[in-house]
Parts: sequence; structure tokens; C-alpha cells
Amino acid sequence: MDEILAVDLRQITKQFGTVLANDKVDFTVRPGEIHALLGENGAGKSTVMCMLSGVYRPTSGEIRLNNQVARIHSPKDAVHLGVGMVFQNFRLVPTLTAAENIVLGESRPIWRTRRWMETKTAEIEALAERFGLGFPAGRPVWQLSVGEQQRVEIVKTLYRGANLIILDEPTSVLTPGEAEQLFATLNQLRSERKTVILTTHKLKEVMAIADRISVMRKGRMLATLDRKATDEREVARLMVGEDRLELRPRRASPPGEIVLKMDDVAVVNHGRRALDGFSMSVREGEIVGVAGVAGNGQKELAEVLAGLRTWTGEITFRSLRWKDASVRQSIEAGIGHVPENRMKSGLAGSLGAVDNLLSKSYRKPERSQWGFLRTAGNRLWSQGLVAQFDVKTAHLDAPVHQMSGGNQQKLLFAREIHHKPHLMVAVHPTQGLDVGATDGVHNLLMGLRDEGKSVLLISEDLDELLLLSDRIVVIFGGKSMGEVAREDANRERLGLMMAGVS
Amino acid sequence: MRIELDPTGTDAPWWVTVLAVVLAFALVGLLILLTGKDPGAVYAKMVVGAFGTSFGLTETLVKAIPLMLCGLGVSLAYRIQVWNIGAEGQFLVGAIAATAVTIYLPGLPGWLALPTMVAAGLAAGGVWGLFTALPKVLFNVNELIISLMLNYVAILGLNYVVFGPWRDPKGMNFPGTPPFTDAQSLPLFGDTRLHFGLILALVAVVLVAVFVRSTRWGYELRLIGANPEAARHAGINLNRHIVTVMLLSGGLAGVAGMAEVSGVAHKLMYGISPGYGYTAIIVAWIARLNPWGIVVSSVLFGGLIAGGYSVQSMGLPSSISSLLQGAVLFFLIAGSILGKVRVRWT
Repeated sequence: MDEILAVDLRQITKQFGTVLANDKVDFTVRPGEIHALLGENGAGKSTVMCMLSGVYRPTSGEIRLNNQVARIHSPKDAVHLGVGMVFQNFRLVPTLTAAENIVLGESRPIWRTRRWMETKTAEIEALAERFGLGFPAGRPVWQLSVGEQQRVEIVKTLYRGANLIILDEPTSVLTPGEAEQLFATLNQLRSERKTVILTTHKLKEVMAIADRISVMRKGRMLATLDRKATDEREVARLMVGEDRLELRPRRASPPGEIVLKMDDVAVVNHGRRALDGFSMSVREGEIVGVAGVAGNGQKELAEVLAGLRTWTGEITFRSLRWKDASVRQSIEAGIGHVPENRMKSGLAGSLGAVDNLLSKSYRKPERSQWGFLRTAGNRLWSQGLVAQFDVKTAHLDAPVHQMSGGNQQKLLFAREIHHKPHLMVAVHPTQGLDVGATDGVHNLLMGLRDEGKSVLLISEDLDELLLLSDRIVVIFGGKSMGEVAREDANRERLGLMMAGVS
Repeated sequence: MRIELDPTGTDAPWWVTVLAVVLAFALVGLLILLTGKDPGAVYAKMVVGAFGTSFGLTETLVKAIPLMLCGLGVSLAYRIQVWNIGAEGQFLVGAIAATAVTIYLPGLPGWLALPTMVAAGLAAGGVWGLFTALPKVLFNVNELIISLMLNYVAILGLNYVVFGPWRDPKGMNFPGTPPFTDAQSLPLFGDTRLHFGLILALVAVVLVAVFVRSTRWGYELRLIGANPEAARHAGINLNRHIVTVMLLSGGLAGVAGMAEVSGVAHKLMYGISPGYGYTAIIVAWIARLNPWGIVVSSVLFGGLIAGGYSVQSMGLPSSISSLLQGAVLFFLIAGSILGKVRVRWT
């Protein structure tokens, strides 16, 4: 063992309950390099980083820093060992100034005079300048731009003496200009012999900045590559994996009329163009998959169709042009919506099955009259739906948060399918479900298609998209990167498009 | 040992409420012990004073009426997680508005005077509720702060009219309005001080109970209370509900104010409310926002107030009941927070 390694993870395993987040991961980082850690969502990158920065402890395995076994039991230990982490969601106090945020947590001195703060501010400004990280140190953090806040976070790690700096998805919140600046900073850090680990989904950035690239998938470390000895294609293939041979159930009949047409649709979310001139169409009797890395506008797309978000551009649904966003309009027009997070926005956890089943249909005359709910009738109706969709619950009034995830999803589908939607918008519909429940959901979606209804399937799971979709639209940066027919779709092609390479 | 949040987020079981009341009595019992009195005897005296005699019982019910109406009002707001703590102010403006009817329309015939006064109390309380709701929905202002501040505005408004323009010239400088006529007073039950406000309160309880249980509106409130985001996905307009609920919430407290001036004091005067609007918050929570539960808890707290007066003869201040109220709320809140936490030995 001659070579000194900044980071050396040996056979690291991390288990959360029954979920294996990291499975015997080996991972090495050389001092003074920029190392990119790649993988799809849920591949286990964040878990690795959290163990390095002391947020989690590994279930088994050994962490070595600079060839010494490191005991990282808390973020404080990590700081002492020279590890600094910049989280995707910044850990800053908005009402304190940038400089105050950086000295926060320092134990001495107890009395902080104005003079002390001034010397500290000067020290911080000098440090920031050295790495090209300018920000107004005396201003409250809430007044700073996102890019500036990130610089505060980086300077915070440097101020605390970090030699290893971990950045989680650093460019996801930045404008292209700010990203350029960040890369200049990273180069500066490298030239000062600091070690940098970053995660990202964007292949182009990785190829531009990283010295070495490690790829993870499903909790395993697949490979570490030299950037000079590889190309985008190889990395993308590693990231998404080989094609699995699946029996793809054929579409029963050719697709019919266009049901949904979106033309040049744009959505601004927190000043960012989440959807940016997005166009697509969906026909009767087809499942259209939307593939993309999380945060490229999928959430906003689903919300626009559910009537939850205002947009600009043109949306026509069943030959009717929409004028403005309205949830009731969407429900009444026949759009079913299985939201991304069923317990957050789909179901009310403390209420029972009846109340949850009613939420989309309680206004209909079959469910209520003269403003009064048909209580007895609704109970019978719920009983029927629970039986039909095979939802297992202790009794109809048991709070739904006591049900298993699969049963919750069945309940949600029961509600959405019951009012015979023309278009079902399903976002990550099988997330967190076991194999059996996943199959159940897939069958429901294919059943809808076979009845001549349309499905818009938004998912990060490429296997699921390839299995179910008749066409796949790839979304990147709020735009459509184009669409691929099921016959021509494979993981590599989709993986490249998802990473913004067309 | 680890303390962690229960991931299922289950509500504390019902016995936590009972335990909170028991612990509150135990804690205040210790304080009574410090004064050298026997807590058992003091509590016995309170119970007899509140429920043991016909005078005590009617006094208890007289106090329960405003608590029931205000408690019902705030419980509606709490159902959709709007933290209205302004029942006190809404109560006072209701009382002021009802009195305004007696001042400016003194000649109204008997069959018209009382309904007009009820309507005035309802409307004024409702408007006071709107003053909280509108800034919240328009500018996202925290309702806790506005509703609390509006209480002081209402108190100062009350003081202005009773010390100023409406003061009874024959009242020997007492800060109060001239007494109401019989036509302006709620009828009493027999020779007691118990007035027909009780009927108003019970009708309100039944209406609220039926509406929150069986109507579409009640269903929407239930959904918003359980998960506002799911309600939004069902096409429910949260802001509209905040406005209507605060209108009703304030309106019910306003009716309570009307009943108090018209049924008990027979005039508007300085310090008309001993803090009914605040006690109502505890009344609503102890009942877990259930309308029928509010009947029980308001009578219980009415008894606490009435019983507090009866221990004065033992040389204890009547504020012992305030002490008990505070302690009950303290343990109730502690219980509801601890109910979401579980302790694990690892």
C-alpha cells in the first residue's frame, strides 16, 4: 500500500430496515482529484456521501481517510477529519449573515464583540477570494441568490479546514452561468490539493470537470473509470444498465384519436422555467411514458394536467382548449391523477377508506344530494370498491396510514379509475411497492389502455417505462428531447437523452 | 434509550385527555397543600359548589353557555388548522353590537328586538373573524397574531363605549350602559339566572354536529384538516373555506357575547368577559373538537369557574380555577405532543 488515498471505502454496507441502500461498496478517491459519483435516483450515492459526512453510520465495512481507519460517528467527527459536505438543500440560517452562518457552531470566544466579528469577516472574505467565491459576507443569507448561498456553503467547509469537499448535486440549483463559475472554483480547489467528490446526473458536466468517474446502480458500485479513457456512451450505459429482456404485452388495438395535445407549454416555478416550451400529444388507447431524471419538469407536467398549476402555451384535451388551471375542470374533464407521493398529496392518512375514496367524486349526485352526503350509500359503494380492487384494510374507518403502501396505492387507483378517466396521469406509480403490488399497478394501467383510455406514465424507472409504454417521451430541462417508439427504445438511447445528449 | 417520532403520526389515545385533567388537579393540589389547606376538602367544596346545589348547577350552566358557543366557534377553525385565538374579541364585538341595537333602536317590539340582537352579535363576530381570515388568505399573515391582536382592539372598543358615549347617566359613574328592557333580555328559566342562551348554544351544537358530519361542506373541512394538500388535489378551494369558517367561528363567539349581555348582565359593562374566549380554546381541545364533547367540556369548565367562587369562603382566591384551567391546557398539550413520540430502549 504505497499510494495514499484520500478516501478508501471497503465493503461498506448500509441497511435501512429491510432496504439495502449500499451493498458492499468499495470506493476510492485520490487526493487532489475531482471525482464524480454517478447513478440514477436511488442508486445509493447520497447514502455513501452521508456516511462520509457522518449523517449515517455504515451497517458494516470500513471507512479509511488518508490511509487511516476513520471513526465517523457524527458530522462533528467528519469536520474534525477534514470532511466538508455541501448538501443539495443548503443548511443555512436565512436571517443570519453569510459570515455569521460560517462561524456558527464555533465554540469560542463566548463574548463575540463587533471587533471579533469584523476580523472573522475579513478572514472569511480573504478565504473566499482565494477560491474565487465572492459573496457579500455581511448580508443576511435570505438576500443572497442561490448561487451565492452555495458559495457560502463551500466557504463554510473550507473555513472549517476541510480537505475533502463533498458536493451533492451542486449544479441542479444553478443557472448555466453560475455552474461555469462553480467549475472554475472546483479547478481552483484542485490546484490547491483539495479533494472534491460530486454527484450529478448531467453527463456533459462530468466529462468536462471530473478526473475520475464512479458509477453506482441499485446500491452497488459498478466501476470507476478514468475520464480520459471513457466516453459519454459508456458511462450512460453503465448508469442505466443493460436491457432486460422483457415480455412486452402488446397493445390490443392501434391508437385512436388524439386525446391530449400540449403545445409550447411553459411553467415558471420559483423563478425557474420548470417547463420550457414543452410539446407532446397522447392518443386514445396508448400508454405514453415520460422518462427523465428527477427535477426536469415531470412534477410540473403532472401538476399542469391535474389543474394545480398555471401555465402558458396551448393545451387541448378532447378537442377542448383549456383556458386556465382548475382542478375541478381536470377532474370533470376526465383526467385521473396518481400523484408522486401518495401520502403527501393523494390520500389523507388519518381518515378512513370511505372519506379517501370520496375525495374526487363527492360532488356527484350519486354521492351527495342537497349538500348532504349519502352516508349509507357511500359506505356500500366504498365497500364495493375496496372489494373490487382487493384493498386489504382492517375496516372501512381504519385510518389509511395504517395500510401497507401497496394497499394505499390500490385504494388510490380505485378512486381514480372509478370515475372512468379518459387520461390517467400516473407519477412514479410503483415507487416503494413490492413485486406483487407493482404487477397489480401495471395490470391496472394496461387494463385502462386496453379499454381505449390513455395513460401518461411519468417514471424514473426505465424498466417500467420500457415494459409498459407504447411511446416514450424524454424530458430534459423542461423540454422534450424527442420521443422514441417502443420498438426503437433501449436503455442506452434513453439514458443519453435523459442526460441531455441527443 | 432513544426518543423518536412515531412514523404513523397517530393521535394520542382518549385516555391522555383524562390523564391530563387528573394530573392538572394533582399539580394544583400540591399548590393548595403549600398554602396549608387540604386539597381534598378544597376540591370537594368546589364540586359541591359547582354541581351539588341547584344554585351552583345553574351558575355552572350560565358559565357554560359562552364557553360552549365560543368553544364551538374555535373548534370549527381548528378543524381546518386555522388557529383562531380571537374568540375573546369576537365575543366582545358581538356583545357590543347587540348592545348597539338597544341603544340605537330602543323601541323595537319584543318579538323583533331579540332576533335583531342575535343577528347583530352574529354579524359583528363574523366580521371580526373576517378581519383575521382576509389578511391570512390575501397576504398569508399568521392568524395567531392577528386574532390575538384583535382581542385587544375589541377590549379597547368596549372600554371606549362603556366609559364614553354609552355610559348610563344614572349609573353613578359605573362604566356600563343603561340596563336592557325586558324585551331586550333573553327569557330566564323560572327563578334562576339560567337564560335561554342555553337553547341557542345547544341548537348551535346540534347544527354544527350535523353539518360537519353529514354535509359536503363538513367533508371538505375534514379533508382539509387531515391533509390540505390532498384537499387541493380534490379541487377544494382552501381560501374560501378559511373565510367561511372564520365567519362562522367569529359569528358563534359573537352570539355568545350577545347572550351574555342580554341573558346575564342585562347591560354592556366594563370587563364583561372573564376570559371566556380564551377558556373556550381549552374547552375545544379537551373535547377534541367534537361538538358533543364540547357540551361536556364546557359544563366541566363552567363548573370549574363556579366552583372557584365557592372556595373563596375557605380563604382561597377564586383564581384557583384559572390555575386549574392553565394546568389542564398544559398537560393536554404535553400529552398531545408526547403522544406522537415513542421511547425505545436499544
